[in-house]
Amino acid sequence: MQIRFDKLGVVIAAIVAYAAFVAPFATFRANRIVPGQARSILEALPTATGTLLLAIIVAAALIALFKTPLVLRLAASVVVLAALALLIGVAGTFLTPAGDTFARVSPASGFWILIFAFTLLVADVLTRLNLSPLARIGVLVVAALAIGLLLISGRWDSLSILKEYANRADSFWAEGSKHVTLALGSLAAAVIIGLPLGILCHRVERLRAGVLNVLNIIQTIPSIALFGLLIAPLGWVATHVPGAAALGIRGIGTAPAFVALFLYSLLPVVANTVVGLAGVPRAANDAARGMGMTDRQRLFGVEFPLAFPVILTGIRIVLVQNIGLATIAALIGGGGFGVFVFQGVGQTAMDLVLLGAVPTVALAFAAAIILDAVIEMTATKRRVETA
Amino acid sequence: MKAWFPSLLRLALVVLLVAFVTSPGWFEPLLKPLTENNAPVIYNQGSLLTLTLLHLRIVLIATVAATVVAVALAILVTRPAGAEFLPLSRSLVNIGQTFPPVAVLALAVPAVGFGEKPTLIALFLYGLLPIFENALTGLTTLPANVMEAARGAGMTGWQRLTKVELPLSAPIILGGIRLSVVISLATATIGSTVAAKTLGEVIIAGLLSNNLAFILQGGLIVAALAVLIYDGLSAVERYTARRMGREVE
Repeated sequence: MQIRFDKLGVVIAAIVAYAAFVAPFATFRANRIVPGQARSILEALPTATGTLLLAIIVAAALIALFKTPLVLRLAASVVVLAALALLIGVAGTFLTPAGDTFARVSPASGFWILIFAFTLLVADVLTRLNLSPLARIGVLVVAALAIGLLLISGRWDSLSILKEYANRADSFWAEGSKHVTLALGSLAAAVIIGLPLGILCHRVERLRAGVLNVLNIIQTIPSIALFGLLIAPLGWVATHVPGAAALGIRGIGTAPAFVALFLYSLLPVVANTVVGLAGVPRAANDAARGMGMTDRQRLFGVEFPLAFPVILTGIRIVLVQNIGLATIAALIGGGGFGVFVFQGVGQTAMDLVLLGAVPTVALAFAAAIILDAVIEMTATKRRVETA
Repeated sequence: MKAWFPSLLRLALVVLLVAFVTSPGWFEPLLKPLTENNAPVIYNQGSLLTLTLLHLRIVLIATVAATVVAVALAILVTRPAGAEFLPLSRSLVNIGQTFPPVAVLALAVPAVGFGEKPTLIALFLYGLLPIFENALTGLTTLPANVMEAARGAGMTGWQRLTKVELPLSAPIILGGIRLSVVISLATATIGSTVAAKTLGEVIIAGLLSNNLAFILQGGLIVAALAVLIYDGLSAVERYTARRMGREVE
């Protein structure tokens, strides 16, 4: 039998070799802001455990290196990811001197690169398996549950990022819910206004270029400037329009952030509605007209359902973009996970940055996967129905 | 609208922009009403011209690097030898776009320190994605008969790539570069939260001292740059598309 190498496997094995044997696995610091000292896998873990981890990693890298069945590759990478997730917690406990409450242990570059390499392998297998949309959501849910269980079990409590969390558990959830409200609320507002506006642009050709140009120009204003520029008009509204202040409209804080996110969201929603409606086959429209459907019936019964996947793509773009942009709201007192990111940058406490950045990335990632799956489902359903 | 009107508008915008960054003092009366308590009207901790040039420099370096890497990667995964990587690279691009810029910036700081470097890294990563995506579209949607003809004419793989495939995909790749530049121009302002010297400095100074005039001048310069560069690159794109006989959407 001839031995054949897997091309991606060669790349992954090279990355893994570097991460496992050269790069540091964990960083130890005497307190949260001093520079850290690097620790390799064998230094960061009890000898037996460290050797076991290295053995698992090497075995998995070999499985990746050669052409092996997909299921085996998937199993190998899941085993390594689970081992890494469990053992980084062990490293935290092992490296922290007993009773020392100032010492901080955080995952270092080697750990992150190993996670990246094996996630790459999982992603490759999942891409090659060509999973159905529902199965993809299933994988996401299982992964989220596993991480949730690890967090609840307290196995990661010895890590620096969770010590930062422990110090701000209350504000973490408050800022988190603000972040989600900002991202989802501005999306909802953009859909409520953007859909009718898109339909109007589709029907009235003279409006189209003008509206899309204005929305395009809004996109070019840098986010931090737009957030800042809205402070003044909203401050004016708050003091001059009766009842506005009672609604929570103020110059700084959530209101300008909400309006800025809403303005950025309009373009993808409106543009995709226009593109989706323009892509409705003429035959479908003619048939609907021939059946004697009114304009209204045609819009809701024919055009809108056919354009739906394209509109949904616009909504996906907006949601992922909003989750990211909502971090900037913290600069103008709007709250959200950005609060921790900017505090962390200010104090050069990187674990605090991570406390803000990791949930943001996770949220955006989950939103992208779920919406991609939903888009695929509606698109294929449509194709089956029209076939 | 008359055909010359947009060109005139663009010219006026260029003149206004140049006048503003070179002698912002002229515009002081216009911005004066936006400040309170005799606060300075024009950014006074550095010249707007220098900041504008530094801003453009960061965007230029990041875009050139991103273009080289993204196009090289797209070429690699569309050759028979790299075909195995194609599906994975597609999903990676998709995943990469979910990382928020602020997170990338902040996470790059421990690795490379404060200043221009983290900004360059973030801009480079964000620039990669649209260019790669468009280069991939361009290289995978070439008309089959043209490729067939090139092969029939006895061209080698390298000749086909440089004389047929790349020139034909140039307009689409340019479209990706244009997107990437506009995103980078805006993202570079966020770089000032980690102490990069860009126009974001003016905006952040305005946010910190509650000075609307600062926020407005920083924001408008970036927006004007973005609109002008977007227009300019669109024109280049239309020109190459006409030459290549390809339609740009």
